[in-house]
Amino acid sequence: MNNPPRLQIESGKAVLTGEWTLAAMLPELPRLQARLTAGGLGSFSWDLSAVDRLDSAAAVLLWRTWNERWPADLIVTETHRRTVERVSLAPAGANSETVTARGLVERIGDLMLGSIDNAVGLVTLFGQMLLDLWYLARHPSEMPWKESAANIYKSGALALPVTGLVGFLIGVTISYLSALQLRSVGADLFIVNILGISIIRELGPVLVAVLVAGRSGSAMTAQIGVMRVTEEIDALAAMGISRSIRVVLPKLLALTVVMPLLVLWASAIALIGGMLSAMLQLDISLAYFVENLQRAVPVANLVIGLTKGVVFGFIVAWVACHFGLRVKPNTESLSTNTTTSVVTAITLVILADAVFAINTRNMGIPQL
Amino acid sequence: MSVAEKPPVVEICGMSTRIGDRLVHRNLDLRVERGQVVGLVGGSGSGKTTLLRQILGLIQPAAGSVRLFGENLGAAGAVAQSALLRRLGMLFQAGALFSALPAFDNIAFPLRELKCLDEDWIRRLVNLKLAMVELEVEHGKLMPAELSGGMVKRVALARALALEPELLLLDEPTAGLDPDRSRSFVKLLGQLQGELGLTVIMVTHDPETLSGLATHIAVLADRHIIKFGTVADVMSADHPFLAGFRDGDKSRLL
Repeated sequence: MNNPPRLQIESGKAVLTGEWTLAAMLPELPRLQARLTAGGLGSFSWDLSAVDRLDSAAAVLLWRTWNERWPADLIVTETHRRTVERVSLAPAGANSETVTARGLVERIGDLMLGSIDNAVGLVTLFGQMLLDLWYLARHPSEMPWKESAANIYKSGALALPVTGLVGFLIGVTISYLSALQLRSVGADLFIVNILGISIIRELGPVLVAVLVAGRSGSAMTAQIGVMRVTEEIDALAAMGISRSIRVVLPKLLALTVVMPLLVLWASAIALIGGMLSAMLQLDISLAYFVENLQRAVPVANLVIGLTKGVVFGFIVAWVACHFGLRVKPNTESLSTNTTTSVVTAITLVILADAVFAINTRNMGIPQL
Repeated sequence: MSVAEKPPVVEICGMSTRIGDRLVHRNLDLRVERGQVVGLVGGSGSGKTTLLRQILGLIQPAAGSVRLFGENLGAAGAVAQSALLRRLGMLFQAGALFSALPAFDNIAFPLRELKCLDEDWIRRLVNLKLAMVELEVEHGKLMPAELSGGMVKRVALARALALEPELLLLDEPTAGLDPDRSRSFVKLLGQLQGELGLTVIMVTHDPETLSGLATHIAVLADRHIIKFGTVADVMSADHPFLAGFRDGDKSRLL
């Protein structure tokens, strides 16, 4: 590297000395290139005998300077000639594929086909789950208890702090904002109804579903995805172990079981947050709040909330497993599928929430 | 400038490596001069790959120093560090190809990172590298997941060679190649070595690669280099591991 590439051009004769390697050329590449092209045109005689080293990058540079023809008068050592020769023999064929921009119709069509494909995949996964459950009912010894317990712990017990914290903050916020409104119309006592119904019936389940989709759903997709990338899924299949029973089913079971419990936990903490805020803002005592909660919120709301928990939990795990199994063995696909998994899960959860809202519109609203 | 004045390509002095609670190397010394092709042998789990990662600066030594081309990689600034790393190429055991890029772009990646070569230049160089490792231009379009195990290895080698580095680190270069390819790999590397004066450090268990290519052998056992010398020297040395290796070598040749 202490011997930079040098180029001397005199009356049609070009003399190259020094180290002609990529690393050595790099500092003054544009200048060298310009001088070569300028001088190369008029030069017919090339002297490379004093070149210390010549790598293929430099050989390409020379070959291009010579317009892909051997110069008539060339002095070069045998090893360097071989290097240039290899360059001259390498195919120069075009390799960059041009990506054509696709029209709007084509993209819409792609999107629709993709959605249909996903829908079919989801239904197939659901069917596979039913088949697995039927199989397990006949072979109870093959129930994946360990995996299910591990998943319950990971997506349930470990999610308690974050769901609790978010629930508490939401409870405080809603209570605080509602209190401002209610006080202005003198309806302070309705804070119990507002908090009770909104948190138990609506906010608790949706909030937890969004958190769990981001927390456990993405983890499930990524885990199954990496198992696809590293061929672990295939290794399971090679051992004759059903991937759907060992990998997919425990996740579905775990989230379905754990989600209503998380909803219960998050709703309770949110109510506590709301109670505290109401006490500070509206001077409503905790005892009054608890006493009135039973009256203001019929138990049907709790049933609806927990049922939503079950359904949302299943949706999140179902979507997560589906997209996990679609991961192709490359990093790009892994990241796309994880993103799609979380987005789809949250969208489907909110869709399901709307269906719940319509179908349960006559239930659990106290008649005043 | 004579070769003798140049600092050794790799100089490791009294290095210890600790991974978690485990001491992988203790007081390890290694000095590789320019132009040497060093075969690094040792039992499985003896820390050969860790030593390569150590040379690359992917792991910091717990004690001692690693010098590349006479410079301490860890102490160098960001610019000096990348300039230093540009002078070496690494072939990882499993290829470590970028899975989101086709083979062509994998090989072109280090060239494009230089940001001063034009597309035509890069294309010629990549095609040349593909031809060097006996792959067709067509193979450049395939994604790493679509390549066979041996092809992954060859694309990874082509990527390691993309910048024609002065120092080449190879982790099991011929494992997974068929004997023919393995032989042509040895030939290719020998040729490059002759033309460019490459320095090579390779982890290998293949006696054919060792005898065909290596000028020196370093034996890693008991957490340090127990023997370093020319092939003939090392093969005649007395150590239980070497004895086992020789026996294996003989039975293979028979």
